[in-house]
Amino acid sequence: MIIQLIKIFVKQFLTFIKKEFYHVFRDKKTLLMLFGLPIVQIVLFGFALTNEIKESKIVVCDYAKDAASRQIITQLDASRNFEIEKTILTHQQIENSFKEGKAKLIIVFPANFNDDLLHLKKAQVQVIADASDPNTANTLTNYVTNIINGYQKELSQNDPVPYQIITETRMLYNPELKGATNFVPGVMALVLMLISVLMTSVSIVREKELGTMEILLVSPVSPFMVIISKAVPYFALSLVNLTVILLLSVFLLDMPFNGSVLLLFAESSLLIITALSLGLLISNSTASQQTAMLISLMAMLIPTMMLTGFMFPIENMPWPLQMISNIVPSKWYYIIVKSIMIKGLGFSAVWKETLILLGMTIFLLALSFKKFKIRLQ
Amino acid sequence: MKEIVIKTDKLTKRFGDFIATNEISFEVYAGEIFGFLGANGAGKTTAMRMLCGLSTPSSGTATIAGFNIYKQTESIKKNIGYMSQKFSLYEDLTVLENIKFFGGIYGLSDKQLKEKSDMLIEQLGFTNETKKMVGSLPLGWKQKLSFSVAVIHEPKIVFLDEPTGGVDPVTRRQFWDLIYAAADKGITIFVTTHYMDEAEYCNRISMMVDGQIKALDTPASLKKQFAATSMDEVFFELARGAKRSD
Amino acid sequence: MRTLKFLLQKEFKQIFRNKSLLPMIFAMPIIQLLIMPLAADYEVKNINISIVDHDHSSYSQKMVSKIISSGYFKLADHGSSFSDAFKQIESDRSDLILEIPAQFEANLVRENQQKLFIAVNAINGTKANLGGAYLSNIIKDYNDNIRLEWNQPARNNVSPVVEVTSSNWFNPFMNYRFFMVPGILVILVTMVCAYMCSLNIVKEKEIGTIEQINVTPVKKHLFILAKLIPFWVIGMIVFTIGLFFVGRLFYDIVPAGSILLLYGFLSLYLVALLGFGLLLSTFSETQQQAMSVAFFFIMIFILMSGLFTSVDSMPAWAKVIAKCNPVTYFIEVMRMVVLKGSGFSEIKNQFLIMAGFAFIFNTAAILNYKKTN
Repeated sequence: MIIQLIKIFVKQFLTFIKKEFYHVFRDKKTLLMLFGLPIVQIVLFGFALTNEIKESKIVVCDYAKDAASRQIITQLDASRNFEIEKTILTHQQIENSFKEGKAKLIIVFPANFNDDLLHLKKAQVQVIADASDPNTANTLTNYVTNIINGYQKELSQNDPVPYQIITETRMLYNPELKGATNFVPGVMALVLMLISVLMTSVSIVREKELGTMEILLVSPVSPFMVIISKAVPYFALSLVNLTVILLLSVFLLDMPFNGSVLLLFAESSLLIITALSLGLLISNSTASQQTAMLISLMAMLIPTMMLTGFMFPIENMPWPLQMISNIVPSKWYYIIVKSIMIKGLGFSAVWKETLILLGMTIFLLALSFKKFKIRLQ
Repeated sequence: MKEIVIKTDKLTKRFGDFIATNEISFEVYAGEIFGFLGANGAGKTTAMRMLCGLSTPSSGTATIAGFNIYKQTESIKKNIGYMSQKFSLYEDLTVLENIKFFGGIYGLSDKQLKEKSDMLIEQLGFTNETKKMVGSLPLGWKQKLSFSVAVIHEPKIVFLDEPTGGVDPVTRRQFWDLIYAAADKGITIFVTTHYMDEAEYCNRISMMVDGQIKALDTPASLKKQFAATSMDEVFFELARGAKRSD
Repeated sequence: MRTLKFLLQKEFKQIFRNKSLLPMIFAMPIIQLLIMPLAADYEVKNINISIVDHDHSSYSQKMVSKIISSGYFKLADHGSSFSDAFKQIESDRSDLILEIPAQFEANLVRENQQKLFIAVNAINGTKANLGGAYLSNIIKDYNDNIRLEWNQPARNNVSPVVEVTSSNWFNPFMNYRFFMVPGILVILVTMVCAYMCSLNIVKEKEIGTIEQINVTPVKKHLFILAKLIPFWVIGMIVFTIGLFFVGRLFYDIVPAGSILLLYGFLSLYLVALLGFGLLLSTFSETQQQAMSVAFFFIMIFILMSGLFTSVDSMPAWAKVIAKCNPVTYFIEVMRMVVLKGSGFSEIKNQFLIMAGFAFIFNTAAILNYKKTN
């Protein structure tokens, strides 16, 4: 008897899920976004976006034109990362070239550079940076300073340096300092979170708006099953996305995968469910698709991007922001993924974060259902 | 000779291989209530969309209010009114705002707008409802308002696409009173419906089956022709062999 | 023209009557502008370091306190076991380990040379590099100090010194917020206008009210104009609140350049952006589609705009994408005008390009919006 009931229940449930799958897969344009976005992100993050500073234009004003300045300039030129242009600029011209966004850094060698070095044992080099972009300014200034320091060392090579402390550095987990190890987990978090929230936030409201919700509600399947059946296709879809991202990162971006695949998928499933729950909550709390969409698109996009921890380190942020980042589910997932995928650790290392995600999910689901019930009455 | 306001000649609309409207030819006279009947999927809505200038025909010709259906769609639009299945008033604007809006975009001056909206509101009995959101009105009221707004600029022809869906017979009857009033003023009514009892209210009706016009005459003549006592039976006779349905 | 007036009245009423939408349009961007730039900071600070000291000499202790007092590092642990320290790296309580071998001081004196071991969590390559570099610099400094202390100074000052004086223009305090706030404001305005505009039109399509407009003599371009203008106004308002209230009051950002110029470019930018939103809406039948497509493009726009990573550093093919992205130009202009005070002649290229975008998007949108099938 009970088995009969369960069979009927499962059959009804599956019918609903089938309907939801049809909805999803018949909308080609939405599918473009759902599958295309993760791939685009991996490609962009993998090949186009980098924190490194390259191809900035550095202008050298060499008033000295002597052996010393020329040597330094040659070394600056040697790095193919920057474009060195040699020309003489007035103060006004310097300002203009910054304002036009052409040069990022100006180096000035005074007229008696070499002479000063030889006779006075001290010479100055002026470095002027366009600090409207502090990151670039810093990097370029450091680069130039390092080369100049290196030149200085060369000059004093003849004197042996006593009491030398040598540091030997080992880079853990990512010896080649690939960017992928940092952002691929971030892209995973971003994609899984945003897409799931986005899609489910619309799904319930849509039926409400179009008026088809009532039909669903009078069906023999419990209303809670109605809700859950809406989330199922996106769950499956997100897992597919996850697989694609992993395959791309491992084979295209040479990303290491040191931990348990099973554990990773399990944790990912948890995050997906968390995101789906959030989407369902939004869907139950809004009256129009427009509002639901705007909440997901506007309110979630930038905070998720910036507070997950892969674009900017969370430890750097003022503590109120660090507090806020604690309620962003993708932040915890990011930590979990790094631990599993890159550090190769097991569940014992991530049980705390897993628990937090679990707690969030239960909270969101409970709230959703409560709201849904209220609506029904 | 009665003025012809709609004339079509082998008007056709194809969607790829599918011929939705297949060479229909007919005429509609000024001031008549013309019922455009047919089962779901017969091609009524497609035909009407062409006549309104919403859709370009694949072949054939037509003139609406004297204007060419291909070249003079803008002029057609100035001279027709339209009320669609979904009623299409703005639910988040008030009754008065909807009236003023549609009147305004049909070119009524401020003075005319004031006159017409006052008249309309009184006629419909909406004096206490002017500031209410249309979304909060009951269905029957929305219908009546939609129709009134559709004819506010006194167009030559008004196209009604299944205007009475979903309301009770009494409300439907009241709606048709409005239609009669408009027809009396000389406005031609082109109405599609699949309520066969409404067919009786029309001067002439045409029946579309599988994209073609299978009958066109007054209700009385059609009943005689098919030895039927109601339009229901006429419809059944004609539509029975239909291959297309929703 | 009268028609336009009626259309605009309707649009504005509909937008401002929507009580749940208004906070999204105005409050959301402002709140995010208040919070998000605070998150953006590439500087590396508060690095957690675990020291494994096998030496326990006064000199190793001095080195450790020098490291801690530098301000870059926070002491996570000071112990004697490498494996303990490693566990801390695993649990993210520490970012790097410095291991000082036994007899450090003694060996340094005796053999003139000594090694120190550093292990860095390099998952974040940039952070690892910088952290390692800071530590190396501090140790080098410490090394120089020891040398001075143990050596007779007379013997040593023969080598020449090149002094680098660096000055930072336009942003002397290297305030990263100055760099991020204008950019984030652009993104927020972009999101509001593009999403709202495309959703707005598609909503009418979905509900069916667009048909009602299609049968009227209202001309295509007027209808579109009436859809554009309210969001243009909203974009201006959001930008103004963002720049003058949040930017000035909260972040102390005062535009160095001409405000008129800024608004001129903003106006043009909004026209282009809204054209893009319109174009998107013509390709979608449902709001869900519009949202998905808009999300797809906005995401790419944000990533490829130079907001977080610089456009110059991109490979050639990616630069092409960045150059086809209107957001890139506005962010450029914002940073140039607000921070550097660039004038019209310096940004006239961007103006031209934006005008091009505006023309292309809007023409395409109008052509694509067909009232008749």
